[in-house]
Parts: sequence; C-alpha cells; structure tokens
Amino acid sequence: MVSSLLVMAGIALALGAALGFASVRFKVKGDPLVDKIDAILPQTQCGQCGFPGCKPYAQAIAKGEAEINQCPPGGEEGIRKLADLLGKEFKPLSAEHGVEKPRQVAFIDEAVCIGCTLCTQACPVDAIVGAAKQMHTIVAPLCTGCELCVPPCPVDCIALVPVAETVETWKWKYPVVQIKVAEPA
Amino acid sequence: MLAALFKFRGGVKPASHKDESTQAPIARAPLSARLFVPLRQSAGAAPLPLVRAGQRVLKGETVGAPDGNFSAAVHAPTSGTVLAVEPRMLPHPSGLSAPCVVIEPDGEERWIERAPVDYRAESPDALRDRLRDAGIVGLGGATFPSHIKLRPGAAGRIATLVINGAECEPWITCDDLLMRERAAGIADGIAVLRHIVSAERVLVGIEDNKPQAIAAMRAAVAGIAGAEVVAVPTRYPAGGEKQLIRVLTGIEIPYGRFGTEFGVQCFNVGTAYATHRAIAHGEPLVSRVVTLTGNVERPGNREVPIGTPIDDLLGLAAPRPDTDRIIMGGPMMGFALPRTDLPITKAANCILAASPALFPHAGPEMPCIRCGACTRACPAELQPHELYWFARARNFGKAQEYGIFDCIECGCCAYVCPSNIRLVDYYRFAKTSMRALEREKAAADAARSRFEFRNQRSEREAKEKAARLAAKTAAARQAIAGEKPAAAPALPPLDAAKKALIAAAIARAQAQKEGVQPKNVDNLTPEKQAEIREIEARRAQVREMAKTPPEEPV
Repeated sequence: MVSSLLVMAGIALALGAALGFASVRFKVKGDPLVDKIDAILPQTQCGQCGFPGCKPYAQAIAKGEAEINQCPPGGEEGIRKLADLLGKEFKPLSAEHGVEKPRQVAFIDEAVCIGCTLCTQACPVDAIVGAAKQMHTIVAPLCTGCELCVPPCPVDCIALVPVAETVETWKWKYPVVQIKVAEPA
Repeated sequence: MLAALFKFRGGVKPASHKDESTQAPIARAPLSARLFVPLRQSAGAAPLPLVRAGQRVLKGETVGAPDGNFSAAVHAPTSGTVLAVEPRMLPHPSGLSAPCVVIEPDGEERWIERAPVDYRAESPDALRDRLRDAGIVGLGGATFPSHIKLRPGAAGRIATLVINGAECEPWITCDDLLMRERAAGIADGIAVLRHIVSAERVLVGIEDNKPQAIAAMRAAVAGIAGAEVVAVPTRYPAGGEKQLIRVLTGIEIPYGRFGTEFGVQCFNVGTAYATHRAIAHGEPLVSRVVTLTGNVERPGNREVPIGTPIDDLLGLAAPRPDTDRIIMGGPMMGFALPRTDLPITKAANCILAASPALFPHAGPEMPCIRCGACTRACPAELQPHELYWFARARNFGKAQEYGIFDCIECGCCAYVCPSNIRLVDYYRFAKTSMRALEREKAAADAARSRFEFRNQRSEREAKEKAARLAAKTAAARQAIAGEKPAAAPALPPLDAAKKALIAAAIARAQAQKEGVQPKNVDNLTPEKQAEIREIEARRAQVREMAKTPPEEPV
C-alpha cells in the first residue's frame, strides 16, 4: 500500500518536474497567432485598417478587437485566408476602410518636387530617398503603394501608378473550360 | 563502343514529320527591312541598352550589355542604324511588350573587329566571360546563359559533358541539319566547352531517326579523345535535358539543382556551334537556324538574323491558305503566336504553320476519369492527374508536394489524355501563380522588416534626442550653478537656474539675429539701397523698443 503510494507520488513528481522544465525550456515567446495573422497581412503598412501598421492590426485581430475585413490591400483573398485561419465566417471588405486596388507604386514628379522631406518622414518602409531642398525619388521595388506619402506633399507631386505586368511577372490564366453550343446536325 | 543505355520512364511517340523540312540544306534568310532585337533574350537579368536612336551600329556590336553575371549580352545582327529603343510585343505567350532595339539595316553587313582566340591558350574564366559577352545562351529553347552552366560547382568539376542533338520534338529539324552540315564547327565548340570544364567524357546524344547527323557527328568528333556519339532511341521527350542525361549517364537531376552538382552538364548542339563561332571566329550570337515547316509550300531550315520579323520568314515559306495559326516551337511545347509581326529570338527554333487538317482541334475538354494514361506517359514520373486536380482547385501547396516544379511541361500527358484536358495549361497556371505568390511573399517580408527597422530607428532616435537634451540641460545647469552660487537666494535654486538658462538662450538668439548680414544687396540701384537703409533703420528702432521693458498698463 505505502510502496504503491510512494511509486505513484514519485511518478507524479518526476512528470511534474519534466513538465515544469519543458514549460520553461520550450516557452513560446510572443503570440504565435499574431505572427500567423501578420504573415497573411500584405505588409503594406498603410494604416487603412485603423491601426498603425500590419502588426498592430494583427495583434488587434488576435485579441478580438478588430474585424478581419478591414484590410483593403489584402483584399478578398486575404479575408478568406484570415477566416480560414481563425475559423470565422468570411465577410466582404468593409467599405469604410477602403476598396481593393491593383498593386501600385508611388511616383514622384521630380520636376515639381521641392525637397520638403515630408514624404520621406511619412513613408513606413523607407522607400523614398531625398534630402532637404533636394529632389526626392521613390525606390520602386521597395514601395508598398500605401499612399501615406500623398497627403503630406505640399505640391501634389506624388501620384500612384499601377504596376504593369511584365514578361517576368506574367501569369498563365486559369484555364477556363469553354463550353460551346453544339451545332445542330 | 556503344555505352550501355539507361532509360527514362514514360514518353510518347508522335509522328515525327521531320522529312518535310530536311529536303533542302540550310539557306540564309534575306535581310529584312527592319530588325527588332529584344534586349531580354535569355534567362536572368535583362541586359542594359547601350545604344540610342540614330546611332550607327556594326554587325556584332553589343547593343545590350549583360547586367550582372547572370545575364548575357545582346548584339546587332547586322550593320545599320538604330531607329529606336522602345517597348514592342515579344514572341511570348503573354503577348506583352518589352524593350527592343529597332535596327534599319544598311545592307553592307559590316562586322565589328572580330577577335578569334585559341581556346587552348585561354583560361576557363576568360572563356566564360567571352561567352557571356558573345551572348551565348542555350539554343535548345530555354536560353539559359551558357557561362553560368559552365561554372564549376561546389561539389566538384563536371566530369561528363552531354551534348544534346536528340531533337525529339516533331517537325523541328534545325539541330539535325546543323549536325549534318556543320559537324566540324559543332565538334570544335564541344572541344571549347570541354576545355572550360575539363570534362573527361563527352557524350553526344542523337535520336536514332537521324542517321545522317549521327554519321556526320561521329566523323567530326573522332579526333576528340573521350568523345562519343550515342544513338538514343527515338521517343519524345528524349531531348529533354534531364531525360537525355538520364538516358546517357543514369543520373537523375532533381528540380532546382544544377547538373554541375552531379558532375554532368548538358548543352545543345546549336549552343556548341555558337560557342565555336564566338571563340574560333570572334563572332557573337547574331543569328540562329530556324525550321520553317508545317502547313507551308516551301518548308526548310533558314539561318535567320536575330530580330527578323516572323512575317518575313512566312513570306519565304509560303503558308497555305487554310493555315489557321502560327506556332512558335514545336507542336508539343510551342505556343500559338498572338501576331506574326514579332521578331525571331534566340529561343525560336521553329515556326510551325498549323491548319485544322494537320493539327485537328482537340474535342471539348471532358472530365478526368482517372484512367492513369498521363501517369504512364509522364517522363518526370509525376502523377499528372493529381497535379491537375490540385492546380484546378488552386491547391498550390499540395501541387508542390506532388512535385509540380519537376514537371518539364513536355505535354506528353495532354497528348495521351482521352478527355482532351489541356493539362499543361493547368500546370503552367499553377507554376506561374506560385511564383507570383512567392514574389509577393518576399516583398511582404522585406516590407515587414523595413517597417520594423524604421520603428526601431525612430524609437532609438527619440531616446537619443531625449538623452542629449537631458545631458545638455544638466551641463548648463551645472555651469550656471558654478558661476553664480548666490544669484537669487529668494527664489528656489531650480527656478533661478531655469531663468538663467532662458536669459542665456535669449541673449544667444539676439546675438545671432544681429550677426546676420543681409545678402544680395550689391549691384542695386541707389533708390533700392536707400529703401533698404530706411527699412533697416525702422527695424533697429523696433529692436530698441523691444529692449525697454513695456510700461505697466494702468
């Protein structure tokens, strides 16, 4: 009787110690759900969702403080992926947060630019180069097309241009099944 | 003599239709009125344009310089005047445009100064650079820069060089004719390639339906030690790079790895010939042999300057009236051209006129019945029907798991499919979609890290600024406290220090203001100078007024 109790207590202690060690040793830092949500978000950092960047929006979704349909750059596909990940119902993009647009990049009309540096301060990904009273320009491959540089510009020299498809980025179309009406015999 | 042959699984045996275009020797295509040379004609980075409109160029002059090492140069195919460097539609399934150099030939065909070299006296590095600058790319259709393939791998050197003369796709005969007529040049090119990688063995694989080419090549490589011409069984796609390497050496190369890692590398016979021209004659790649065949009156092979409009070639071949589309490449892997005013590129091995009689339109696409015919035909040992389901369902992760990137898009599965499913279109859709997703993901990751870095930086900058300010205030306070220990004993010491600081700041600002010298006041009319003096006097008066303390309001 006593020996069996001792054995059980010993096992319990050993397992408890193992679990305790594991919880310290293999502790997951940060919230893995936030990272998973953040991986789905397009990282445009545009703030259209009402949060200052994609990560804060991901944190808000994880906490249940934000809806999954507030990201216009992610579009319908993004909402679907979030719905899949979180086991929620799909809902269409909320109109108050914006509309889905094709991918675009900012373009500075360099003849008009006065070099005020306001756009460089607004750019969330440091994709604008320029110095005070010097012409500014966009580093197109780094630009996320977030439009945050447009409102601060005092001379309205920034435009957003859609990214054109090139031979390298072109995709084969989904092979549509064509149904032809049979000719009468 | 004959090495034991290995086998690849699957494959099909379509009617070869080679005889139509092998009746006449290779003829030179006449020079067109305009040549449109696309800058991007190889895998890797697009070359940078070196010419501008109005500039005169010589035949073989570089018009596009390689951008980095993973790129190959592009040259003027003849002498003439550059009319423009502008985006024009490319012979590509997308029908998209890319920058092209438009050249108006002067008809003189004046070459640049050609500098032939003896490859035996050159180092492999120098030869690789020469190939890059001569624009040598894989002429079998993939246009992969050859100098990249010739780089020694981390795993060691390339012991076996496979030369691809299989030309398995129906209708195409450009390599066949090249081997029959220019075997000596090909053999010299093989010697150069072999010298670069110092390979022990050279295996020239030719399908056994080309006896003349085999005989010519056997005679040509007789002088090269360790080189051997091997007749491989005629079965499509025996000329696929991976398939030919497997048949000749038994080595299987997985997707995403170079043959170099396995000690084997494969080059097309056309590439070997272009290498010979580049090294032994100093001529860059400015023309290639193109098969004109199918539903035409005068089929045959032509040596065509790069950039020649396909329309002009069709004029030579005379398509019959019932031609309904023009295919670039062969019937298995080629694509229908959206227009025919597009230029010949380094990738164009065949222009095929199709008619409903020659290539009957497949019936409507029917549901997959999982008969497994495609699996038996697949030379990459994939399960095409599974890939089809996944691609159709846009289940890309699963498609990748089933090895969709190992698919060589040979078209065997679609050829045997009893339901007429255009399987390859689904795979191409899935592959390009997945690549686009990968690009998007890479861009998002880059944006995320840049955003996080920026946030970190602004936080750090704010902290540093606060620290600087605190240090400065502390230093100033200490200085004042040291100077006037008993300035205003009535006030608490903090207030006294603050006041002293403010007073010092005001004094500094005033000193700065008074120290400012007016600019741009020379060369002014006397009236203007008088006006300025008047304004300065007024300003001084205002300043004096500001210095005297304001009277207390009553």
